[in-house]
Amino acid sequence: MKLHTISINNLKRRKAKMAFLTIGLMVGIATIVTLVTLTRSMSNDIERKMDEFGANILVTPQHNGLAMNYGGISLGGVTFDQREIREEDLAKIKTITNHKNISAVSPKVLGGIKINGHDVLLVGVNFESELKMKQWWKVFGNEPKAEHDILLGSDASRVLNVSPGESLNIMGETFKVSGVLDQTGSQDDALVFASLSKVQKLLGKEGKISMAEVAALCSGCPIGDMVTQIAEKIPDAKVSAIQQVVEGRLKALDQFKRFSYAMAGVVVFIGSLIVFVTMMGSVNERTTEIGVFRAIGFRKSHIMRIILFEAAIVSLLAGILGYAAGMGGAKLALPFMAESRDAHLVWDTTVAFGSIGLALTLGLLASLYPALHASRMDPTEALRAL
Amino acid sequence: MALIEIKNVKKQYTSGDDVVEALRGVDISIDAGEFITIMGQSGSGKSTLLSVMGGMNHPTSGEVEMAGVQLYHLPGEKLADFRAQNLGFVFQSFHLISYLTALENVMLPLAIVKMGTPAKRSAARQALERVGLGGKLDRLPNQLSGGEQERVAIARAIVNNPHILLADEPTGNLDSKTSEEVMTLFRELNDAGQTVVMVTHNPENGSYSDRTISLKDGIIL
Repeated sequence: MKLHTISINNLKRRKAKMAFLTIGLMVGIATIVTLVTLTRSMSNDIERKMDEFGANILVTPQHNGLAMNYGGISLGGVTFDQREIREEDLAKIKTITNHKNISAVSPKVLGGIKINGHDVLLVGVNFESELKMKQWWKVFGNEPKAEHDILLGSDASRVLNVSPGESLNIMGETFKVSGVLDQTGSQDDALVFASLSKVQKLLGKEGKISMAEVAALCSGCPIGDMVTQIAEKIPDAKVSAIQQVVEGRLKALDQFKRFSYAMAGVVVFIGSLIVFVTMMGSVNERTTEIGVFRAIGFRKSHIMRIILFEAAIVSLLAGILGYAAGMGGAKLALPFMAESRDAHLVWDTTVAFGSIGLALTLGLLASLYPALHASRMDPTEALRAL
Repeated sequence: MALIEIKNVKKQYTSGDDVVEALRGVDISIDAGEFITIMGQSGSGKSTLLSVMGGMNHPTSGEVEMAGVQLYHLPGEKLADFRAQNLGFVFQSFHLISYLTALENVMLPLAIVKMGTPAKRSAARQALERVGLGGKLDRLPNQLSGGEQERVAIARAIVNNPHILLADEPTGNLDSKTSEEVMTLFRELNDAGQTVVMVTHNPENGSYSDRTISLKDGIIL
């Protein structure tokens, strides 16, 4: 028989009270774990998507022009001293310090042409890197493989009145429409995509490109630094980061994160109050018992140790169960909360140890006053019979 | 030299504007090995006297000396240590810990003693055998009769071999037959050398003791 035996036996033989106390704190911890894990998993999901899809760095020719564009309507532009990017310069992008962060480089050559009497923007692309970068593209028909295969945006297909498998004459050459893109809601809907080398030949721009999109793996990478590094390698190009969309999402996520933490704070506060009230009630209920302990010679510190040890066991259990329940909750909620279905749950030992540590700290703090109160009980008052 | 020396002990309680004098100058001297019963009606101050004697209730004035130690001169938690080493308490309502078995209840005073668990277990078992409960070690208090609970309380009080055994109305909640058994047990303990101080209002219990002190309105008659 040691002091902790008293605590353990009390908890073992008063299961309902222990369960109530554990559940009170566990709910608080589980809420924190769920919210923290969800926000982190969602953050990771967005960052991963940002890495996989979509360019986040744009390389365009340096010019001294002013774009005349208002509300999405292009009014042409005034451009002089136009320079072009040499295709071979693009290879330099892979030599920058942060080259490992580069997921894909998609060069493009653009040119306005007429097809069947319609003005069309022809885009020469490297289909392999373009399809990797634009994973949201849904192609009806087949992906282009041969040099004379082309891909049409949905609007272009409608205007030109061609479907997958049909042929189209472009600047005297016959091309096969291998596929048509599902509506994307972007400028891609109006474009005609062909292989880069073919379009360069047609437009007389061999070895030159109009622009390049770069997808950088940006989970924690310094996109600003990468922009500078690329600009140094290709001085004739204007390099800029396309961050606004992702930043907007991250900002929304940040707000959700703050809201989550506030919610978690409130739940933890309520959990602590439950522990405090239950421990205080338990101490008051055990007045006689504490009086007996004091009468038979237990010191104040002994009484405190008994109460705090009980609190520690309950808190530890609440922490472990709260972490498990919280991760379970996060796993169930993630598919509904994340933007992609294959979002991964973030398992983090910091959250595991943090939640258990937090439960322990809160449990002990909430029990400190009840323990002090118990230790200060006058044995005569406590026993009353004497 | 007396084991317990109480000199001119006074105890006052304040209740609002009223001052109640529970003890009004009590002098008692008890030798080692004595069996004393303190008798008196309800409100006579006998329970207050026992709690003062037990180091749990500071007297308003006067001195309490036990085994050569001035109890209320002890600093800090030394008084608690003194109780743990020298005193055994038997309470009127037994006050067993409901979630501990008979054996664990008896081991309770040893929980704060530096001693191996097997030795503690053995001491508690011996104490329970001494009060005739060797076969009910693992019973919880609610699985024991009133008399058995009283015996467990006595075993708990003697497990650390205290100098003095203090009992407050130990037969107050028992029927007459069980009361006789319990009083016989106290007598046997005293015969074995245990000093016993018992508070009771039952005159029949006085016949088991060596000496009876009668208290009325806080004064020894």
